[in-house]
Amino acid sequence: MTPARKYKAIVVGSSAGGLNALKTLLRNLDREFKIPVIIVQHISPDSENYLIHILNDLKRLKVKEADEKEHPQPGYAYVAPPNYHLLVEPDQTFTLTVDERVNYARPSIDVLFETAAEAFREHLIGIILTGANNDGSLGLKRIKEMGGMAIVQDPDTAEVDSMPKAAIQACAVDHVLPLEEIAAFLNNL
Amino acid sequence: MKKSQEEQLENQDIEIRLLIQAIFDKYGYDFRNYSQAHIKRRMLNRFHLSGMSSISQMIHEALCNHKFVDQLLMDLSINVTEMFRDPAFYKAIREHVIPLLKTYPFIKIWHAGCSSGEEVYSMAILLKEEGLYNRTQIYATDFNPVIIKQAKEGIYPISRMKDFTLNYQRSGGKASFSDYYTANYESAKLLDSFKKNIVFATHNLVTDSVFAEVHMVVCRNVLIYFDRKLQDKVISLFADSLTGGGVLCLGSKENLQFSGYYDNFDGLVTGERVYIKKYKV
Repeated sequence: MTPARKYKAIVVGSSAGGLNALKTLLRNLDREFKIPVIIVQHISPDSENYLIHILNDLKRLKVKEADEKEHPQPGYAYVAPPNYHLLVEPDQTFTLTVDERVNYARPSIDVLFETAAEAFREHLIGIILTGANNDGSLGLKRIKEMGGMAIVQDPDTAEVDSMPKAAIQACAVDHVLPLEEIAAFLNNL
Repeated sequence: MKKSQEEQLENQDIEIRLLIQAIFDKYGYDFRNYSQAHIKRRMLNRFHLSGMSSISQMIHEALCNHKFVDQLLMDLSINVTEMFRDPAFYKAIREHVIPLLKTYPFIKIWHAGCSSGEEVYSMAILLKEEGLYNRTQIYATDFNPVIIKQAKEGIYPISRMKDFTLNYQRSGGKASFSDYYTANYESAKLLDSFKKNIVFATHNLVTDSVFAEVHMVVCRNVLIYFDRKLQDKVISLFADSLTGGGVLCLGSKENLQFSGYYDNFDGLVTGERVYIKKYKV
């Protein structure tokens, strides 16, 4: 198996400052980038999912809201809908739930990361970007435990550095990268 | 991946499957076709809170300790809800469904998976404002008897009334929301006049069958927890319960498109999951 095909999915968690960070990340991915990207951005419960339009306008990955029972496909990025948790089942399809908030958030990054870690195991990359809380730390730790790769945005390049800092403290991350370099790193896998 | 982690995960998944099987064999509550990732999160959460030594110990407790099984059933219930949750949905009901219901001399509504009742009372308020409540019978059901008891009481923390009021206003409500409940220190109690045409009862969508012919089924954010097979079974239950021209209301992320019963329904409101049962397929 070539290293490029080792990874079957990438999960990304972002909070405060996430819109700009996600734009930078997706804009710099190759047009033919093949690994599906699954995103939790903390967002107001009653917001229209404007994030999808903005990220789609970059014309890189096709960006859509994650539907329940959907199987992530190469060439797509999926965004968790506002006010729903996004989980990955053992058969690698999506589940949406309206359970209690986790880390004050719904969708919660930990919920996506922990379930994806078990579904994709060593074939998963987890990325923590800018944010003002510690959501995602436990999830990133779980990804490492299951043999996946952990990447954290260099806190010095984050609009808000608490979330990347918490993630770096929670586990032995594989790569701490400036925001601008994350996409290049993924392109070269 | 470290071998020990892989084995631990495998064992954990087997133990949780056995726990779910034990609850079914002993009590008849069937969660075997629920989302596995969801069930696992809920059960592990209870495991960490319980201080027990293993999930196998939870199986033993579930079989022998009725208090503990009640706790597990509560964990497996979906009890996050609000009055007038998703205001756009209630607005759509007001604008597109109420005119249809007004053509019936008597209206029967089944609210399935009603949890602690917030959304049932929301519908009762809406029907009252539209002059339909006095000729409506609402059946509000949930599998969990503890939650049905709460729903029947219609008492909610006063701290939630601010959000409920905002939702009500966003849904197109014009009256003063505080007229609909009596406040008492920490709690708010819905007026009894909203309860008189509601029958609260336990009904399990997974194992129970049709119990009435109804003009509208409301079942929101329940199907997302089920696998496709169980979703289809429950939608067939709704299709069999509805009269021709009856209305099916699902949650905003629940779609009939992949169901085997898609052809039995037409969409009614763009952007909302509100469907009409065809008279003939």
